[in-house]
Amino acid sequence: MSLLEIKNLHVEIDGKKILNGLSLNVEKGQVAAIMGPNGSGKSTLAYVLAGKEDYDVTEGDILFDGESILDMDPDVRAAKGLFLAFQYPIEIPGVATMNFLRTALNAQRKARGEGELSTPEFLKRVREAAAKLDIDPEMLKRSVNVGFSGGEKKRAEVLQMTMFEPRLAILDETDSGLDIDALKIAADGVNRLRSPERSFLVITHYQRLLDHIVPDVVHVLSKGRIVRTGGKELALELEARGYAEYQDEAA
Amino acid sequence: MAELTVVKTEAEKGLADAFAAAKPKLPGGGPVAAMREAAFRQFQACGLPNRRVEEYKYTDLRALMRDAKPLAAPPSKAAIEAARDRKPFDELDAITLTLLNGSFVPELSDLSATAAGLTIVPLSGALAEGNALVAKVGRLAAGNDDVMVALNTAFLNDGLIVEVADGAAIDRPILVRHVFGDASAAATFARLVLTVGKGARVHLIETFCGSDADYQVNAALELAIADGAHVDHVKVIEDGGMSLHVSSLLADIGAHARFNDFTFITGGAAVRNQLFVRFGGEETVARIHGASMLKARQHADTTLVADHAVGHCQSRELFKSVLDGESRGVFQGKIIVQPNAQKTDGKMAAHALLLSEAAEADAKPELEIFADDVVCGHGATAGALDEDLLFYLRARGIPPKEAEALLIQAFIGEAVEGIEHAGLRELLMESAARWLAARS
Ligand SMILES: Nc1ncnc2c1ncn2[C@@H]1O[C@H](COP(=O)(O)OP(=O)(O)OP(=O)(O)O)[C@@H](O)[C@H]1O
Ligand SMILES: [Mg+2]
Repeated sequence: MSLLEIKNLHVEIDGKKILNGLSLNVEKGQVAAIMGPNGSGKSTLAYVLAGKEDYDVTEGDILFDGESILDMDPDVRAAKGLFLAFQYPIEIPGVATMNFLRTALNAQRKARGEGELSTPEFLKRVREAAAKLDIDPEMLKRSVNVGFSGGEKKRAEVLQMTMFEPRLAILDETDSGLDIDALKIAADGVNRLRSPERSFLVITHYQRLLDHIVPDVVHVLSKGRIVRTGGKELALELEARGYAEYQDEAA
Repeated sequence: MAELTVVKTEAEKGLADAFAAAKPKLPGGGPVAAMREAAFRQFQACGLPNRRVEEYKYTDLRALMRDAKPLAAPPSKAAIEAARDRKPFDELDAITLTLLNGSFVPELSDLSATAAGLTIVPLSGALAEGNALVAKVGRLAAGNDDVMVALNTAFLNDGLIVEVADGAAIDRPILVRHVFGDASAAATFARLVLTVGKGARVHLIETFCGSDADYQVNAALELAIADGAHVDHVKVIEDGGMSLHVSSLLADIGAHARFNDFTFITGGAAVRNQLFVRFGGEETVARIHGASMLKARQHADTTLVADHAVGHCQSRELFKSVLDGESRGVFQGKIIVQPNAQKTDGKMAAHALLLSEAAEADAKPELEIFADDVVCGHGATAGALDEDLLFYLRARGIPPKEAEALLIQAFIGEAVEGIEHAGLRELLMESAARWLAARS
């Protein structure tokens, strides 16, 4: 059974159709890349998977571990192991990063019937994860994402992913805004988490990221549906030829 | 034009009867009696403030105050014993003083634990014995024409006179607990008079709490701050759910001073929190913050007048309210810049967070500027919690109520940050957390 099965998904926002019969499976342990032109619906898909309420799913279904998640709240999905690294991580003034990480981690654990982490154990995990991602611990004393540079925000998302150990991580353009070194650090962070039990949906515009996070499969999303699926070489082909042929095809 | 004779309400008649009956017994010599008499005449001329009085537009006390409760009597021994358990902010290492039902109670106060340069005198005693410090009572109230302040002057029977000598630094905060302990309603009229000498440092915390009776509080603080002094004043209003609370700050600040004021309101059925702050000396910096967390049918009105009589001062006003249920939060703030008060720098903001459709926020920020070289501004917002922020938190596994609580604490926290005393800041945030926990 696939970890994630998206079946004929139709999604609208304010009456505007964005996803148009999208079907896609992600296997356990698989790294799937999604590439596609601006506005094709990649972030929409990511949000719908995470459970954002603004979207209307008019048709189709999403199964996570064989179970439909359409009626589940975002926090329930997160506790089940779904994680979205936001394309634009949001600033939350006044909510201290450490307090946020701990509240989130413990809420997920509680929902799964696991005990709360002790303070030393929690601090140890944060420090280790931060060190590996080259995140200054001072940054964690600030409010969530407040005053972080674009690249720091993206790395902070990877830090969260590392802490939460999700079963499916959706990375929405986590590479954009990262310099070459930071890209390598973030990609290493993802690679460290790769395991037969954990899957990734990596949304990106650039082949560059996929040099570091080598995907098992590449999907092309255009006009709200998957128009082509191939191996990692498909990313190279897209880099060379662009999306023109798919946009015509989907039209 | 001749005024029509206004029909008096039950409460107004009750106050008149109470004053007539109490007058012979109220403490104080001739000048004090004359002051009371003048104040009461002012009340009689105006009546209780109603919504046609601009300053009381959102808080019609004539309607809110159905009747005048009997004047609270000094508490009995039993009442004092029963009040021993009411110890808000017991965690603080403070010089603690208790006013129970409006009367100073030595048994619940540590008058012995004072510091060098600090004088604390119970007001009733001072009035009765004609202490020289009594001359300070009413100095700041005299310049104020608010009717509720006048009523406090007319009926004041007890409270505290606190003197901080020039240059004295009082390390421990002074904690004044206003407790209403009785099961049956009464009215209290406490007056605090705090005079802070040149270059002195003091921290005053007032807390208000009480029973479930529909008691009435009318408290006033006269606060005179001399040049170069540094004063923190925090007022925590956690009165019982049926009570009517009116309290007024009358502050007059000298030059090169620092003043930090904070009001935290979670209690009371109806609260009118008034702050009259006059900048009387240059180069003074004041931060006047506040937060209220209201639910059910609570009503809380903060009305602030920052009067810049001289220039080169800075004032920062920030008030935040969290409104749940059918509660109503009112903020009226006025920055006055007098003709010669050049280089005044005043910024005022009021923000309301509406947690329910039925809650209401009213804000009336005003600038009255008569000088041309000033930087002044104000802003007011009201809205619900940000959906995108909530989604981000929930996408991280945080359930809705907890996610809301995090954002509400952050919202309140911005105002609470203005409090200098770290321990008190924590206690107030804990109080906010308790309020939030009770919500879900
Ligand atoms: N709240 C909204 N209201 C109306 N239209 C929206 C809304 N959100 C997204 N859209 C539209 O949906 C389409 C898909 O947007 P989406 O953000 O999913 O694209 P994307 O593939 O992630 O693009 P990019 O590569 O630029 O990140 C776009 O045309 C966008 O304008
Ligand atoms: Mg996008």
